[in-house]
Amino acid sequence: MPKVTIDGHTIEVPEGTTILNAARMIGGDIVPPAMCYYSKLATSGGYCRTCIVQVTKGSEKDPRPMPKPVASCRTTVMDGMEVKNITSPELLEARKGVVEFLLINHPLDCPICDQAGECHLQDLSYEHGLNKSRYDFKRREFEKIDIGDKIKLHMTRCILCYRCVKVAEQICPGRVHGVMNRGDVAEISTYIKNSVDNEWSGNMIDVCPVGALTDKTFRFKSRVWFTKPMDAHRKCETCSGKAVLWLSGDEVLRVTGRKDKYGELEDWICNTCRFEKKNKSDWTMEGPRHIDRHSVISQNHYESLKQLKIDVSKQKKIAEKAHQS
Amino acid sequence: MQALTNRSMVVVNKKMTWMERIYLPAIIGGLMITIRHLFKKKVTIQYPEQERPRSAVYRGWHVLKRDEQGRENCTACGLCAVACPAEAITMTAAERKPGEEHLYREEKYASVYEINMLRCIFCGLCEEACPKEAIFLTDRIVPSGMLRENFIFGKDKLVEGVEPDNRIDVSKRARAHRTY
Repeated sequence: MPKVTIDGHTIEVPEGTTILNAARMIGGDIVPPAMCYYSKLATSGGYCRTCIVQVTKGSEKDPRPMPKPVASCRTTVMDGMEVKNITSPELLEARKGVVEFLLINHPLDCPICDQAGECHLQDLSYEHGLNKSRYDFKRREFEKIDIGDKIKLHMTRCILCYRCVKVAEQICPGRVHGVMNRGDVAEISTYIKNSVDNEWSGNMIDVCPVGALTDKTFRFKSRVWFTKPMDAHRKCETCSGKAVLWLSGDEVLRVTGRKDKYGELEDWICNTCRFEKKNKSDWTMEGPRHIDRHSVISQNHYESLKQLKIDVSKQKKIAEKAHQS
Repeated sequence: MQALTNRSMVVVNKKMTWMERIYLPAIIGGLMITIRHLFKKKVTIQYPEQERPRSAVYRGWHVLKRDEQGRENCTACGLCAVACPAEAITMTAAERKPGEEHLYREEKYASVYEINMLRCIFCGLCEEACPKEAIFLTDRIVPSGMLRENFIFGKDKLVEGVEPDNRIDVSKRARAHRTY
């Protein structure tokens, strides 16, 4: 099994593991951000370049460093490879450049975007980006399109990560949408205004890292940070029925799948669960969803201590010790 | 117990003298104080006819600004409400319909925007959070009222008028901030 060192952490991983997945096995701050790679979708990754890392030592046999940063989601590890992510200032500078390129045509309409607060591009630009745009030219403009009666496409916000296309290819029967044209005129589109209409199409919304594909039933209803996310499940014949309800009082504003810490869905959910079941009585509540405390959604969001995994007795002991000394 | 101040007095139940028993000297003494205050400079002013000078950065009654073309700046992004430490702001968003472009600047707007003036602490964090330069605190004092319901200010009391005369000037505060 090849041994790889990422930012000083060494781990042994199975043959053929990508650097990104090796970093995820280590976990923590050293995991490169990823906008297009999605572990549950085959052949995803390699488009956005946010996951670039610096390989300072190719392998045990060939210790030469790689001349340029490489996309960690597409590069497999070699035995004895040494990788730098957050410990390399040049790499962080390069990633900053990538973020700037991703934002070149982005309209930055976060105040009206439903994705704001849970948007990966927002987090990314906050962590790596400049707080100012250097781009003077006109940004790309598109009409808003309804793809089906439940999904809205804002092409201006799209970063062409191809995740939704992979969902259509791999999850939905019969793909009707894809990326048209190429270069800076490339856009997500359906085949001659066809509507995306099948039981799994709603997952496109969840995989979209930005606000390009949004839920029309939730459009402008509320801001994410004013809603209360609750884990809930229901008996569903098509999907696992495990979802997150975004509540405002007793009203179910939105239903989404459960996302892990990398923003990837744990289970695909069907459109019936996502769009039709907007009553609290349709669902069995499990409890509040765990939200990372760095997220704006955690504002006024209360969970039980058990879910937060805080051991009160441990805290008490620490406090007592501090008090005694 | 140790006394907190040196003003405490021990109560003595002694027999009063004749002068003390007729109370008149004490009453006259008290009246003298009242009469003396009549001729002193008054500490109160006749508000609202009279007003005290206020700092240029005074924060009072909010305004929701419009742009030069008279369109509302607010897009109901909710940042003011999330920044508000008193949780005084609530809003409901709506989508702009075709033909309403002269009313609202962007495709989303606040159909309901309410500030509970009883909860508001006039800290100005909403103004700081606003990405659209929509909400400002002005030097207008919030009028008093008899009913609690009247202190929930909706868009009718917050949005400034379209006509140039009805616009509310917020530049005074901005200028004052710049000189500090």
